[in-house]
Amino acid sequence: MTNTAFALLLIGCTLVTFIPRVIPFLVARNFTLSKPIEKWLSYLPVCIFTGLIVENLLQTNGSELGINWNVLIATIPTIFVAAFSKSLLTTVLFGIICMGIVRFIL
Amino acid sequence: MDGVRDCIPTLLGYISIGIAMGVVGISSGLTVLHVFLLAIFVYAGSAQFIICAMIASASPISAIIMTTFIVNLRHFLLSSALAPNFTQYSIWKNIGIGTLLTDESFGVAITKVLKKKPITDTWMNGLNITAYIVWIISCTLGAYLGGWVPNPSTFGLDYALTAMFIALLILQLQTIESSKFKHYLLLILLMVICMVIFSTFLSGSLSVIISTVVVATIGVVTDKS
Repeated sequence: MTNTAFALLLIGCTLVTFIPRVIPFLVARNFTLSKPIEKWLSYLPVCIFTGLIVENLLQTNGSELGINWNVLIATIPTIFVAAFSKSLLTTVLFGIICMGIVRFIL
Repeated sequence: MDGVRDCIPTLLGYISIGIAMGVVGISSGLTVLHVFLLAIFVYAGSAQFIICAMIASASPISAIIMTTFIVNLRHFLLSSALAPNFTQYSIWKNIGIGTLLTDESFGVAITKVLKKKPITDTWMNGLNITAYIVWIISCTLGAYLGGWVPNPSTFGLDYALTAMFIALLILQLQTIESSKFKHYLLLILLMVICMVIFSTFLSGSLSVIISTVVVATIGVVTDKS
């Protein structure tokens, strides 16, 4: 990839990540949120994190949608560890080890 | 400094994914400098991986930029949920906080909000900037190691991100009042169903955005309180 091509790519990608991140911070200053919007926003975290987890559980083989069994097997104990430890670090460490073991065995 | 401390639990995720990102960048034909610049300016893990994959497959630049836009559009939702907590600060502080917002820093911040603890601009900056610096170092380190390290996924390191999302989801759920818990479980179930349906004909990242918009709306409509 030439330097000019990379520069164009970098500028484009920077703008399309910067703009969606910042606009809500500019808009929120000028509006007071109505109750339903406030509620809608409060549901976003749980929805997005569930979505991101499910995205990792699914895989496409050609045109067929399937389950990534390695990820599913590592995910179940990781959920329990997250619930009991209530710690990000413990969960991440456990998850990595769990996935390493799953990949080693299967 | 409290922000820096609250960032520490997420750092392992940034380090392992960052190193993986650097390794993948080099194997996609980028230089160490390219990887370094992507980390500084784009600063979004999933987007950087997709950029590398598309460069490796010689995709046109316009297609790469469009894909990056779609993959990162969920930040619009994250920022929308967090922004109302910072309206008392100046416009420049708000731009700064928004620019460095990630899935993880959002997760840590919104968990604190839900626990009804106050969050300040300095705390948020401590959290964001620590993550930013560690991410840049990790990506660059990965790029240097790139030539002679085996594929990081062999060791399960690529799972760090998913594990972090699981922890962040569970932490969210633990802040919810018990009367609303059933409602949330229903929404999670709906989210899984939507994801499976949309994923059959859309990309994973678009499915996340559309499912979230649909299910959060259902959440408001079915909210009885």
